[in-house]
Amino acid sequence: MNETTAPIASDVCPRLPRGVRLVHNEAQGGWVLLAPERVFKADVIAVEVLKRCTGSATFGVIVDDLAKTYSAPRERILADVTTLLRGLADKRLLEL
Amino acid sequence: MSTALHSPLGLLAELTHRCPLGCPYCSNPLALEPREAELDSQTWARVFREAAALGVLQVHLSGGEPGARRDLVEITSAAHAAGLYTNLITSAVGITAKTLQKLGEAGLDHVQISIQDSEPESADHIAGYEGAFARKRALAAEVVRLKIPLTVNAVMHRANIDRIEEMVALALKLGATRVEIAHVQYYGWALKNRATLMPSSEQVKRAAAAVEGLRKQHHGEIVIDAVVPDYYARLPKPCVGGWGRRSLNVTPVGKVLPCHAAESIPDLEFWSVRDHSLADIWANAPAFNAFRGTDWMREPCRSCARREVDFGGCRCQALAITGDARATDPVCHLAPEHDKVVALAAVRGAGPYAYRRM
Repeated sequence: MNETTAPIASDVCPRLPRGVRLVHNEAQGGWVLLAPERVFKADVIAVEVLKRCTGSATFGVIVDDLAKTYSAPRERILADVTTLLRGLADKRLLEL
Repeated sequence: MSTALHSPLGLLAELTHRCPLGCPYCSNPLALEPREAELDSQTWARVFREAAALGVLQVHLSGGEPGARRDLVEITSAAHAAGLYTNLITSAVGITAKTLQKLGEAGLDHVQISIQDSEPESADHIAGYEGAFARKRALAAEVVRLKIPLTVNAVMHRANIDRIEEMVALALKLGATRVEIAHVQYYGWALKNRATLMPSSEQVKRAAAAVEGLRKQHHGEIVIDAVVPDYYARLPKPCVGGWGRRSLNVTPVGKVLPCHAAESIPDLEFWSVRDHSLADIWANAPAFNAFRGTDWMREPCRSCARREVDFGGCRCQALAITGDARATDPVCHLAPEHDKVVALAAVRGAGPYAYRRM
């Protein structure tokens, strides 16, 4: 059941589930994703993506926004963000 | 620099040693602290604020059974107010649906419920408490109903290790998003019951294969965390992520330990939150500096490429098996006394459990 690269529908609204929080912490050197009994360091790109996963923005809007913000080709952003979000969803850190 | 001071990430708050269950593998010390000696909720609130200021992100509210504290909601609320991610580690016995709802309102982020076996009768026998299994199932359902993420903690040993598939199936059925296949670690009461709990090497091999298959089968559905049981491993576990490096543990009476079993090591000087701030303890308490970094190491650890990967393994295990807390964890295949671990894994008794009792 390898779904890590399966496409994400553009009208899906990704969100962090209850029990998963993105927080900034100086002592730990920046942004971290807190999850049940786990802590993940979040890099700059992951932070920018996750901040947009509010449950109200659609996946399509998030990709458009990122492509515009970083003046990057939409196709590449789409592929990278799909991989990132699928990976997080597999670890039960994101709801799609 | 090997002794650079990191900020701790996690705080294990042992709110009480009281517990209705009698699990023979309990990691609490054999000498349990009485209720009268427990820290009050105001002191816990101060500890949580100090922990957050120190960089701690997650607090694990544990025990004993934390539900034995009548002020658990107040304590949880204080941890949440301090900005900590709050995790309740419970047997589920002693926490009512009403209390759980209040805990959720107080900001509880996650619940971990221990389940002793997938077979109700066996589960109750292991817990030493009739009816425990049914109460665990009921509370797990409440957790899921309140939409709080649930982890099932399945402690595995000889009596239940052949039912890993059934345990994961139960966790899925209960609606857990994570399951810990936690092989017994031999400290405290588990050390006392070691010969009765020890699985055979055939069981351990089968268990490893089962976990691998289950992870593939349930990929994306449930997170399955499991590690090789200590006495059958070739490499030692990086105990608590390195001594005085990632986490700290506050006992019911306020002593601050680098790990929950550290009091088994003689001559370590522990400081209490009653006398010192957490920051002072983290940086300066003799017990935290005893095995911090790599300077304390001997060979074969000292020149080992993995010295900052596994940090010499577990000090308490080194002590329990070799009699010397400074020795390389004998679980390591390079340890001079590794043969002792191999020999102990072959010692299996059939005696009744020595249940954990006050």
